[in-house]
Amino acid sequence: MNLKTLVKSMMLTAAVSLPATAAQLEISITNLTHGNHFTPILVAAHGADTSLFKAGEKASPELQKMAEGGQIDDLVTLVEGANGVTVKNPANGLLAPSGKTDKFSFDTGDRKYLSVVAMILPTNDAFIGLSNWKIPTEKGTYTLNLNGYDAGTEANNELVLEGSGMAGVLGIPVAPGKDAGTGGSGLTDSSSNDKVHIHPGVLGDLDKSGGVSDLDSRVHRWLNPVARVVVTVK
Amino acid sequence: MKMQFSKTIGGMAIVASTLILTGCPSSNDNNSQVEPPKDAPAVKQEYKVTVTNLTANQPFSPITVVAHSAEYPQYRVGEPASNALERLAESGNNSGFSSEKGVEKVASGSGELFPGNKVEVTISLDVDKLLPVSVLTMPVNTNDAFVGLSTIDVSGLAKGQTLSFRGNIYDAGTEANTESKGTVPGPAGGGQGYNSERDDINKVHIHPGVISADDGLTGSALSASHRFDNPGMSVVIERVK
Repeated sequence: MNLKTLVKSMMLTAAVSLPATAAQLEISITNLTHGNHFTPILVAAHGADTSLFKAGEKASPELQKMAEGGQIDDLVTLVEGANGVTVKNPANGLLAPSGKTDKFSFDTGDRKYLSVVAMILPTNDAFIGLSNWKIPTEKGTYTLNLNGYDAGTEANNELVLEGSGMAGVLGIPVAPGKDAGTGGSGLTDSSSNDKVHIHPGVLGDLDKSGGVSDLDSRVHRWLNPVARVVVTVK
Repeated sequence: MKMQFSKTIGGMAIVASTLILTGCPSSNDNNSQVEPPKDAPAVKQEYKVTVTNLTANQPFSPITVVAHSAEYPQYRVGEPASNALERLAESGNNSGFSSEKGVEKVASGSGELFPGNKVEVTISLDVDKLLPVSVLTMPVNTNDAFVGLSTIDVSGLAKGQTLSFRGNIYDAGTEANTESKGTVPGPAGGGQGYNSERDDINKVHIHPGVISADDGLTGSALSASHRFDNPGMSVVIERVK
């Protein structure tokens, strides 16, 4: 093959595979847990230099707020301040166990990475996480399984305490399924891992009005994966 | 656009010349002049393996990177653990791998890898023998768990390219999971590590998780935060040379 032909054929290939300038996504998210709710979900598209969290690194104050109290506003500001775009609260509130969001559209423009977070309730600082998934340029449907992470910012004492959704206030803010106990003595969390890591899972107990934990071990435990995200690249 | 173009052409040119060079000796057996001198050092490719401990409260034994032939994986689910793996999973000692069948090279981290921390282990391989690698470590507050990533093909990596993985936590199946003080070698137990007796199912499997004293196992030296879920580690392999 002479060089001229080679260059010609390569030009043709380049023209055909030129990536689209805008990605149109259609997304749905499913709660795979037995008895845990997700707080309002944040879906973000952003550049390589932005991330909502990184496993093995300390949580940002914005992530901590989300993981301890379900508040995504500060993460939204962080993403949009870095030229990212977001979909806020696609489930219109809490996403119940086995619940699934309606499909929603997301125009990610030229941003190359997708991230998803939401707090898992009732927990101290657990969240579902997808971090910097590279948005495929090839059309098709992609299924992603998400793990449950521990933000590493609060001890897992497993006690439900009103007002504890504020960052830095120890406790589980609420059990949306109204299936938690009361009067637990509080679990001792001997972990010193203050980085984002895979959540060891909640313990719970069988005592509705005492015991060590306010969580119910028959209801609130989970195993990974905890959420499924289906992304269609149009 | 223009730049992308010339890069590609350059890349193609390199590929083409490499093909020509390597094509010569095999196509002409009489040409002995191209043989390198016998004492010339083999050309090496170097790989940086970065491992992050993703568990809440399980320190890892020194990270072990093994380069081995693809026919001899360092563990197979459903089959008995090798002696080297048993020793690693019960005590964190990785000294047995270098004498396992099919093993070419072992690289080891220097100390324990604590939860939330990461470590880099470098392994260099002969360019004409780019064998697959496995990454192994023991979460030390267990009887015989190990975190494993098996038989990763790194031969296709260009310099600067990376591969990313997550590793699951397995049970070597060689020691009963009593979780007792005397049998868990990590800081939670401080007990015995390796014992050649095999008093469990003698098959490698996904670890069912630890129970802990907090969850009612009498005699367990472990507490709630020693429990774990998968994956246990993140592994990023980068070719650096």
